[in-house]
Amino acid sequence: MMAFPPELLAMQLVTGLALGAVYVLLAIGLSLIFGMLTVVNFAHGAFFMVGAYMGVFLYGLTGNFLVSLVVVPLAVGGIGLVVERFLVRPLYGRGIDYPLLLTFGLSYVFIEVVRILFGLNGLPFSPPEMLQGAVDIGIGYFPLYRLFLIAATAVVVLALWLFIERTAFGLVIRAGARDPEIVRVLGIDVSKIWLVVFGIGTGIAGLSGVLAAPLQGVAPEMGVPILAEAFVVTVVGGMGSLVGAVIAGLLVGVVVAMTSLFAPEMAKVSIFALMALVLLVRPRGLMGRAGLMG
Amino acid sequence: MTVLDPPQSTARRWLGHVARHRVAATLGFLVLFPLIVPYEALAANILVLGLYALGFNLLFGYTGLLSFGHAAFLGSGAYGCGIALVHFGVGWFGAILIGTALATLVAAVIGFLAIRTRGIYFAMVTLALSMCVYYAFYQMEPLTGGENGLRGVNLQTIGVFGFQLSFLNPTVKYYVLLAFVGVAIWLFSRLLASPFGAVLEAVRENENRARACGYDVAATKLVAFVISGAFCGLAGALNALHLSIVPIETLHYTTSGQVVMMALLGGMGTFFGPFVGAATFLLLQDVLSVLTQHWQLYVGIVFILFVLFFPRGIWGSLLDRFGPR
Amino acid sequence: MIQKAMPTSRRTILKTLGGAAAVAAAGPSLFNVARAQAAPIKIGFPVPLTGPFGTEANDQVKAAQIAVKQFNDAGGFEGRMAELLVRDDRLNPGEAATRTLELIEKDKVNFLVGSLSAAVQLSINNVAKERGVIFNSISQSDAINEAKDWSKYTFHEALNPHITAGAVGRYAFSKFGKKVAFLTADYAYGHEMVRGFKRAGEGMGIEVLADVRHPIGASDYSAFLPRIQALKPDVLVLCNFGRDQVVSIKQATEFGLKRTTKLVAPVLLFTARKAGGDSFEGVVGGSSYYWRLEDKVASAKAFNDAFRAANGGAVPSDYGALGYAGVRSVLAAVAAARSTDTDRVIEAMRALKYDWYKGPQYYRGCDHQSVQSVLILESKHKDMKNADDVFSIAAVEEPDEAKLRTCAEMGHKA
Repeated sequence: MMAFPPELLAMQLVTGLALGAVYVLLAIGLSLIFGMLTVVNFAHGAFFMVGAYMGVFLYGLTGNFLVSLVVVPLAVGGIGLVVERFLVRPLYGRGIDYPLLLTFGLSYVFIEVVRILFGLNGLPFSPPEMLQGAVDIGIGYFPLYRLFLIAATAVVVLALWLFIERTAFGLVIRAGARDPEIVRVLGIDVSKIWLVVFGIGTGIAGLSGVLAAPLQGVAPEMGVPILAEAFVVTVVGGMGSLVGAVIAGLLVGVVVAMTSLFAPEMAKVSIFALMALVLLVRPRGLMGRAGLMG
Repeated sequence: MTVLDPPQSTARRWLGHVARHRVAATLGFLVLFPLIVPYEALAANILVLGLYALGFNLLFGYTGLLSFGHAAFLGSGAYGCGIALVHFGVGWFGAILIGTALATLVAAVIGFLAIRTRGIYFAMVTLALSMCVYYAFYQMEPLTGGENGLRGVNLQTIGVFGFQLSFLNPTVKYYVLLAFVGVAIWLFSRLLASPFGAVLEAVRENENRARACGYDVAATKLVAFVISGAFCGLAGALNALHLSIVPIETLHYTTSGQVVMMALLGGMGTFFGPFVGAATFLLLQDVLSVLTQHWQLYVGIVFILFVLFFPRGIWGSLLDRFGPR
Repeated sequence: MIQKAMPTSRRTILKTLGGAAAVAAAGPSLFNVARAQAAPIKIGFPVPLTGPFGTEANDQVKAAQIAVKQFNDAGGFEGRMAELLVRDDRLNPGEAATRTLELIEKDKVNFLVGSLSAAVQLSINNVAKERGVIFNSISQSDAINEAKDWSKYTFHEALNPHITAGAVGRYAFSKFGKKVAFLTADYAYGHEMVRGFKRAGEGMGIEVLADVRHPIGASDYSAFLPRIQALKPDVLVLCNFGRDQVVSIKQATEFGLKRTTKLVAPVLLFTARKAGGDSFEGVVGGSSYYWRLEDKVASAKAFNDAFRAANGGAVPSDYGALGYAGVRSVLAAVAAARSTDTDRVIEAMRALKYDWYKGPQYYRGCDHQSVQSVLILESKHKDMKNADDVFSIAAVEEPDEAKLRTCAEMGHKA
């Protein structure tokens, strides 16, 4: 194996964490929806893409990135609410196959609608002025925006954790994930909780779209490859586990970064190899619970 | 379909006949199929991918295991057949056997590793391992053509029982492929009717009860997995001969996703469902993509409507409404 | 050809019956005569209308339609009009093969032009050559002209990686420095580009610091960049295409690579530049065509004007323009051969010396590669005439057969 200087290895590690940040955001949304609703959301990548386009569009209108960061998760989450209420809800209790087909169809619709509205070609987008450029982090120059991304992800994860662990509503969510029957017996309307959870999950997907837009610009197909990667992260972490999604997201980011250095052409397959390995040793992922999904 | 017109009892009797003579009915339909499809190449696609969905359905519909990795078997079948023909000069019949055998082998390895996981994790392990297969074929460029795909799987004529048939003639090609698919359908039907078929359904309905009855559940699942892989491998080999190329996309997970969609659309766990699903899926794409650039929009909407209003798939819904009780 | 092998197929009979019915309905026998003589010249045109290269593919269709219209406006060939049969190949070689079979077997096309990926053109080529149908490919690949895939029915209108990379390499290495790093999409197109650059650099004493191969369609390139940054190359060559190129250039810019290194792309796409925006600033690359060529070349002006007139003032993109050239070559050969017979059209195409839109071109005898000029473009961000004025033409490498790989190297006899 080639020898690389330690600064480069450290740099690669930071790069991996920044990469992992996007994975974490996507995976917690997926994991939340799966953990509560046992819906495998194949439209998650499309929600991500819609969020990115909305972010770019709003930025063009207002010139303020913060507006995009606040409004887009709410708007995409709103779409999520509508989708859950009218499309996903009729399917509860029919197994995981039907929501899967439905959300797959939905992703086609989203992508095509964006193509009709914004054209086939992608749109350019750059980080806002104050987040542009590279800063010296001691081991070399690193893009400021990617540092911001790591921080933003930490804030979102922390907020979500506080919401679930420290609020009354969060308590109901946790109870609902364990045993929806008991919650229903206690007189709580489970369908309302599921509605909100779907909204939160898709809202986070929209937010990660806005956050990823300055990294790559936007294109109608941008959610497709990243969906597969997000699934890998979710599964490696254990479906339904938020802590698992965070650990696995960062782990996958670092694994991708290190393979990119040592065996670059294997960067893409490495995450699938990692998933195979993890599942063969731990059949429910790193933090997966028994009982979920048989 | 005209099935909807007559009173229910007639329709039920009709479907009852179809169900009893399912092999004959399917074959009869497939023999006439090219006449109603816009062009032969599309009919052949439906035939081959219908077989792919049939093989997949053994695992998904009849055993209850959702795999996201079946592209690995379609792809190894196609590459096995293509490579044998292009690089080793094997005859067309031998090449089909080699392709099917390779797919069976790959299925045995993936199945052995994946069978201990369950539910969505099973789907993901099969996905991951099939992507490793994709990567392996991608990198073996001298043999597989890498990203450019394998070209030159060319048959001008094929010898059948001493007759030389022009394989370039689309009609001849369709019926040669159909001969193989027909045998596969017959085998498939015999398999379902056998005691093994009953064990599969027992596993699907209640794994613990099947285990309590003394069946080796893990071994049953593995055997089902391998047989399913073999059918898909045959489909792959036929596909290679049909298209005269093997695209690397054959192995990609999107091809695995496609078969899930076809099975669900047609009606999982039904004998005709896979062919109905493949035909609907491919016809819809084909016709819409000539009419409009936004065909994906309509395909997506059709999917959503089907899930909401025909949850058992096209054939499954027909059976529900008119099927024999 | 198939039509000849089966002179009275079922379809022919059906068609005749259909024609008779139409006549009976229409009444005047005038239609009958006109229709029987004026069987259209059908050109199958499979391109990826949907998917990531939809913009280019749509441009190709628009440009091809101009060639068809010009041919028809000039009276067609002995009263026979040309007709374009567009199919969406979805950027998938399997779908492309199916569509090609449809075009040949059902629609009975006379010729095929199209494709926008290496794998897809090889797939169409394989199906077409088996059935003896001329295919003029309009996207880049080295493999299609090599003896293994090539046939006498194969023509290649587009540039190929060897020519493009060679021209860009000769320009960039002499101007920006000899220490070179590659960031390459890991597939044939990328590898062929790297081979072209290395060949061009051999005599110039370049030093290759690294050839980093990334998976095609990677969604993020940041993990490949720190190593390249640490090597401090004079030139970083990005041998990738489309969205891969947009994202990798954007992220290389973000990492501050432009401070020490010149970014070079073998093929600088018009559409990618528009999708990439300001991050393309200063990037140098090659192209088969750029609309500002009209300032110097008369045929470019004529083509652009026709395109603008038909498309509300829009200018054609590089790959779009190839759709025009690909179809026009075939139709010009029909006119020259005074026949649609495949062998005679092949002879006529081989003999063409043409200037459709970018200056003089011709097909090389041994492999039917179109010998043509390569433009060296630099992305510009000021002094733009309008929103489409995104490049300046830094240099033009004139057509020269010596810049191609030799026929012997490609496996051809002559």
